[in-house]
Amino acid sequence: MTGTFQLDGANIPFEPGQTVMQAALAAGRYIPHLCYHPEFKPHGSCKVCTVKVNGRTMASCTMPAEAGLKVESNIEELNGLRRTLVQMLFVEGNHFCPSCEASGNCQLQATAYALQVMTPHYNQFFPDRPLDASHPDILLDYNRCILCELCVRASSEVDGKNVFGLSGRGITKHLIVNAESGLLKDTGMALTDKAMQVCPVGVILKKGQGFSVPIGERRYDQRPVSAQALDDAPRPADASGSCAACEGSS
Amino acid sequence: MNSDLETAAHPENLRRIAIDPVSRVEGHGKVTLLLDENDRVHQVRLHIVEFRGFEKFIQGRPYWEAPVMVQRLCGICPVSHHIAASKAMDMIVGAAITPTAEKVRRLMHYGQILQSHALHFFHLSAPDLLFGFDSDVAKRNIVGIAAAYPELAKQGVLLRKYGQEVIRVTAGKRIHGTGSIPGGVNKNVSAEERDYLLKDIGQIVAWSREAVAMARRLFEQNLDFYNAFGRFEAHTLNLVRADGALDLYHGGLRARDLNGNTLFDHYDYSHYWDVIFEDVKPWSYMKFPFLRSLGPETGWYRVGPLSRVTQCDFIPSPLAEAQRKEFMAFDTGRAAGATLAFHWARMIEMLHAAEVIHELLLDPDLQGNDLVNTGKRQERGVGVIEAPRGTLIHHYKVDDNDQIIRCNLIVSTTHNNQAMNEAIRQVARQYIDGRKLTEGLLNHIEVAIRAFDPCLSCATHALGKMPLEVELLDAEGSRVDMLTRASDGAFCSPG
Repeated sequence: MTGTFQLDGANIPFEPGQTVMQAALAAGRYIPHLCYHPEFKPHGSCKVCTVKVNGRTMASCTMPAEAGLKVESNIEELNGLRRTLVQMLFVEGNHFCPSCEASGNCQLQATAYALQVMTPHYNQFFPDRPLDASHPDILLDYNRCILCELCVRASSEVDGKNVFGLSGRGITKHLIVNAESGLLKDTGMALTDKAMQVCPVGVILKKGQGFSVPIGERRYDQRPVSAQALDDAPRPADASGSCAACEGSS
Repeated sequence: MNSDLETAAHPENLRRIAIDPVSRVEGHGKVTLLLDENDRVHQVRLHIVEFRGFEKFIQGRPYWEAPVMVQRLCGICPVSHHIAASKAMDMIVGAAITPTAEKVRRLMHYGQILQSHALHFFHLSAPDLLFGFDSDVAKRNIVGIAAAYPELAKQGVLLRKYGQEVIRVTAGKRIHGTGSIPGGVNKNVSAEERDYLLKDIGQIVAWSREAVAMARRLFEQNLDFYNAFGRFEAHTLNLVRADGALDLYHGGLRARDLNGNTLFDHYDYSHYWDVIFEDVKPWSYMKFPFLRSLGPETGWYRVGPLSRVTQCDFIPSPLAEAQRKEFMAFDTGRAAGATLAFHWARMIEMLHAAEVIHELLLDPDLQGNDLVNTGKRQERGVGVIEAPRGTLIHHYKVDDNDQIIRCNLIVSTTHNNQAMNEAIRQVARQYIDGRKLTEGLLNHIEVAIRAFDPCLSCATHALGKMPLEVELLDAEGSRVDMLTRASDGAFCSPG
């Protein structure tokens, strides 16, 4: 069954099985998000894509599209809450954009710009998160992890390796690797893994490559995240899942 | 020499005057003077009161991050740190960089020299030099310059803007770019970018020539005063090219004593620690480097434009070389030792930078596509350049996991630490000792500091090994109590 729902007053068509997020992106409507990725099952953890559906707040990436829904997204109340969520992500980790090699390629940074985040606002936590530089080709900088689990999903669902997982609860939750030593060098992680391509921030890095792309040519230098998310959205005609989001992002 | 003014024998009954903060310099510093009831000066110190800690928190970071991270030390000459760290990382990755990479970096660096020297001369020092050291303080600033000398102020702004544009083209941003990376650069200079910069370079060279003429004219008009102001003899340190030419990007170390005798020449800077060592003192966050062969008491030296222009054998660009010759011959060579001659030497370097930029822009290597080299990974890397303010040393040790485990930065202003203290003590003796203090007289102290164009925020790094001295003063400024931490960490109170 196909139909339409309303998003901020506009009629959005959808295909059976699509979520509100998928249908909105396919129709050219950007809903800010971080843990959603067009190639993976919806996760619903970051809550940045929260919308109001018939007055109730829901994660648009997990909410199935239904005919007749009244969805609100681009309203100041929700954008304010999204801004707060992004600010909390910034202060919970150590996100120092000025010296971060992911700067310009970082979805968290780009989303913050899209939401007009001008300051972290909250007190910085300054957590102590040592790097894992044990792997000869790959660096893990846990300081920037936002717990989106895209690497967990990619390693499990595509690579079949289960290299990554989350441990702990609440504020102590953190990314770990699947090795007794706790070190990446003792996992099967390789540069060719899908998990190398999906990190939306700067945690999983190819060693020795930082800053090799000049300012002006980085992913978000030319076009904002809102435009690129629309490019990457699978259209109904291309529902097989080919994804521009991952191309050239190794 | 004025070393007797470093520490007063009996400070407890002396009146304390503080210039805090020192203005029109980069970063935060203060000067304290201790005077007796007859206004005689007993102690003069330039304190650096801020602490940065880059040497510590770079530890554990991946080596390729260093050139971008450490440049955040400064907003005025970040390119210096960007390139010095990159040169050190070239050694770490075992790479000899390509001609295109070296020329793009040189262009970036000389753009930096141009903009930094213009900023210092026109914005920071011109108010003193044009209005007088004790002129109306309300007008003694860049706004006053713009009102009284609008054409000059405009030239200063546009010279700086041009240098910043050179940096933007080569580094990606005017401030804190990413162009220089371990083993090379991440972009070349396109033909369009080259043509854009070539459009104005003739005007930039012309304005730079006028600036040299103005610096000379100021010196000539006040010859005796300029020659004597804060004058002291000092050893010198700077890089020179293999043929003895001025080279601000690369070379060997040359040190000469205050009589002009060569202490070492064309010294391979990758072992700088064999000839330079750093002392620490309890009253400043800034270290005190000295030449090992002469020891900490007498081995301090001067770096920067005055040392470079007077100690190089020649400047490899015609207009600046002609000006260097005139400078060296001026007043039978006496200007070459004057603290205020820094300004003249700085403008000669600015002219040289403009000429080098012009020459590089005509070099087709800038459009090359061979940008990065790699080689056999090394454990240790040292990068040295001549930054706008003087010799800049970056030294890193990197472990097998590619993480930085040790970092030592000796920045230009640190090299000049003792020299700046010497200059202000000399000025205090000349103009303050025994006189009733006025704002104008105190500004003489700041003028001496500004001559060095110090970057105080770049210069403060020591962590954990710095001896400290904390004084408790009463409302009159008299010392009530004192606590001292020695460099071994032990605390003691004299009671």
